[in-house]
Amino acid sequence: MKALRKQIDKIKPHFEKGGKLSMFHSFFDAVEALIFVPDTVTTRGSHIRDGADLKRVMITVWIALVPAVLFGIYNIGLQHSLSIGIEPVFWDMIWFGFLKFLPLALVSYAVGLGVEIYFAQIKGHEVNEGFFVTGLLIPLIVPVDVPLWQLALAVLFSVIIGKEVFGGTGMNILNPALVTRAFLFFSYPKWMSGDSVWVSGMVKGESIVDGFSGATPLAQAAAHQVESMPSALEMIIGTIPGSIGETSFIAIMIGAAILVFTGVGSWKIIVSVFAGGMGMGLLLNTFATNPYMELPAYYHLIMGGFAFGAVFMATDPVTATQTETGKWIYGLLTGILAVLIRVLNPAFPEGMMLAILFMNVFAPLIDHYVVEANIKRRLKRAISK
Amino acid sequence: MSKQIKLRKGLDIRLEGKADKILIPEEKPGRYAVKPVDFPGLIPKMCIKPGETVKAGTPLFFDKQKPDIKYTSPVSGTLTDVVRGERRKIMEVVIEANGDEYVDFGKADIETLNRDKIVSKILESGLWPAIRQRPYHVVANPTETPKSVFVSGFDTAPLSADFDFIIDHLSEDLYRAGITVLNKLTDGPVHLGLGANTTSNILKNTPGVETHYFKGPHPAGNIGIQIHHIDPVNKGEVVWYVNLQDVVNLGRLFAEGVYAPEKIVALSGPEVDKPRYHRTRTGALISTIITNNITSDNVRYISGNVLTGSKIESGGFIGFYDSSITVIPEGNHHEFFGWIMPGLNKFSISRTFLTWLMVNKNYKLDTNFHGGERAFVMTGQYEKVLPMDIHPMQLLKSILVEDIDRMEQLGIYEIAEEDFALCEFICSSKIEIQSIVRTGLDLMVREMS
Repeated sequence: MKALRKQIDKIKPHFEKGGKLSMFHSFFDAVEALIFVPDTVTTRGSHIRDGADLKRVMITVWIALVPAVLFGIYNIGLQHSLSIGIEPVFWDMIWFGFLKFLPLALVSYAVGLGVEIYFAQIKGHEVNEGFFVTGLLIPLIVPVDVPLWQLALAVLFSVIIGKEVFGGTGMNILNPALVTRAFLFFSYPKWMSGDSVWVSGMVKGESIVDGFSGATPLAQAAAHQVESMPSALEMIIGTIPGSIGETSFIAIMIGAAILVFTGVGSWKIIVSVFAGGMGMGLLLNTFATNPYMELPAYYHLIMGGFAFGAVFMATDPVTATQTETGKWIYGLLTGILAVLIRVLNPAFPEGMMLAILFMNVFAPLIDHYVVEANIKRRLKRAISK
Repeated sequence: MSKQIKLRKGLDIRLEGKADKILIPEEKPGRYAVKPVDFPGLIPKMCIKPGETVKAGTPLFFDKQKPDIKYTSPVSGTLTDVVRGERRKIMEVVIEANGDEYVDFGKADIETLNRDKIVSKILESGLWPAIRQRPYHVVANPTETPKSVFVSGFDTAPLSADFDFIIDHLSEDLYRAGITVLNKLTDGPVHLGLGANTTSNILKNTPGVETHYFKGPHPAGNIGIQIHHIDPVNKGEVVWYVNLQDVVNLGRLFAEGVYAPEKIVALSGPEVDKPRYHRTRTGALISTIITNNITSDNVRYISGNVLTGSKIESGGFIGFYDSSITVIPEGNHHEFFGWIMPGLNKFSISRTFLTWLMVNKNYKLDTNFHGGERAFVMTGQYEKVLPMDIHPMQLLKSILVEDIDRMEQLGIYEIAEEDFALCEFICSSKIEIQSIVRTGLDLMVREMS
């Protein structure tokens, strides 16, 4: 450890201003800060500081994602085995899933971090930790067989147009991971929807088992094939086709528990998104005219990307509402919209992505009204005397 | 008993080294200083030159913008040095103590004096700067009349002095006289904020005040929080406030006719061998207090508490408004993968470190920044530690873009740096919030004058 510190101190001058490698100083600083928390001390204001910085916050979200990642890897293997009809062997499935997941994650991180470091360099900033989480979210919300060049292009688009043009992490309006997915969804619909993209190998026609459709519960529900949908238990466990990280309700809820307990994720948003989805589901039940509308309301919470979106996407502090009251409204509307899009709009089987992106855009408006209400309340205080 | 005001928001930071309730008698150090930097917005103009002799109460400098407000010497002796910082800004006016002479401002019966006489006496003596005001958290403007006056009878900041203990060792008569003076300064009431577990009968039975009890974590003891909940400041309104110990000094000015800014300070912190209370005087050199009592070399001396105090050297002086000296370790060391370790010695409002397992642990926090400065990312953090009906992040952003109207609407008149100190402490983006707040307040002062 000390030797490493010495080594870093030795090469550091090369990266500082005037050094021959100064063009890489942002990258060097980022790596150094990653290995050693800097020795900076407080100079003004509070003399002591909370132990948690953004790195700590981000690693906590990362840890919360681990259950979904692990289950996702397992499920890639499982769905593949089911589709080609081989005996599911646990470690074979894990290995298969790992080999499918790794390239997606690597491409996502390499492209995203590359852009982040480039922008930090030309702006003279420190590299922000934001992409640390985004980079892992992206592979979890795409179909397993999405071509890597498409993914790279989408990440490039989302980090540059979705984030850096606004000023980088903290300034963006839309959730970068969802921008990536939206880019893929609208640019390459063939790879992002339909029944065959969710299971590895099916697009190339490798599926040989008769009757294995590969369809997600959402697609089945949208086609009003409610009787062929998986059971609620299967959807809660997650052994169903879908985006890599979204299928297991249990794994996502473990993540939610970590986020809420550590205080990193807003429980208000998570609870209100679920409440909104449930409420809308119940409302649709009341006026049901087709099998999808009759679907038990709680199904909406456990199928598709609803839970994953509620826990990991809607809670993104930068793109959600910033006021505490606003979080309730934002969450409720997100849940309501997601279910509304699912059930009443035949063009989009999954409504969560669009619902969150839509509410991202409206978050500043909600905040505006919450703050205006505060201003009015304060003015009234002065007048009432 | 008055109504109790319960505050749920806030945070108590538990640090090692709380001062034992033992009072060490005054040991006079050779030097004292008045620090213009203790008074935000002040442009000092010197009245005397180095080498001239002064008594306790002789003016050293005055405020160029409000020449009536004089800053006087806390002791008798010789003006030896005017320490200047960047751009010749006056940092410290140092007096070599000698003898025990006081300027005689004349004893007076407070009841017979009218308000103007009282104001001019306080201005003359140099005790006026002890009276501060909201809006802006600056020395009060003597030409205005406040709608009410506030005194906080407890301090909730980490390792802060216990006012119950201090008031027991000050004169009750002078304290009561001081309260009478405050009543003369306003047409409205004098409010005294006390902690729910205040024990001192002197405080509880203060005549001539409206007593309010507060229950809750820091910053419940902050005057700004108390004002917000009792008599909030709207546009165009002014309230004044005085530190508890300066109420006693006000009483002394009228009862004895002298400016003798005595105070009791708590010496505390994880690096103090015997943390105790010391009787001393505003502006005293801290050396007699800290000698042979500090356990390490790599430490930071703070006049005030760890959240809002000012950094001083071991040869530094006690600030005008401070009632504690805190000594904590410096954090100038690298930490190997510190952001990923379980963190059993880290304190955080979040539960991202495993320290949440240890419920009653006291911490030895150092001055490390624990990260680098970032843009605003997390939301809902500041709201957890600011018990005011104010949107802190929106207000900070309006200050950053210098939007005067917005700052006004969002509550700039009610706040001070110290009220946002906890926001700064917990900020995961490591933004220097207190200096943003000060910038905003200074901007408002310029804009409104």
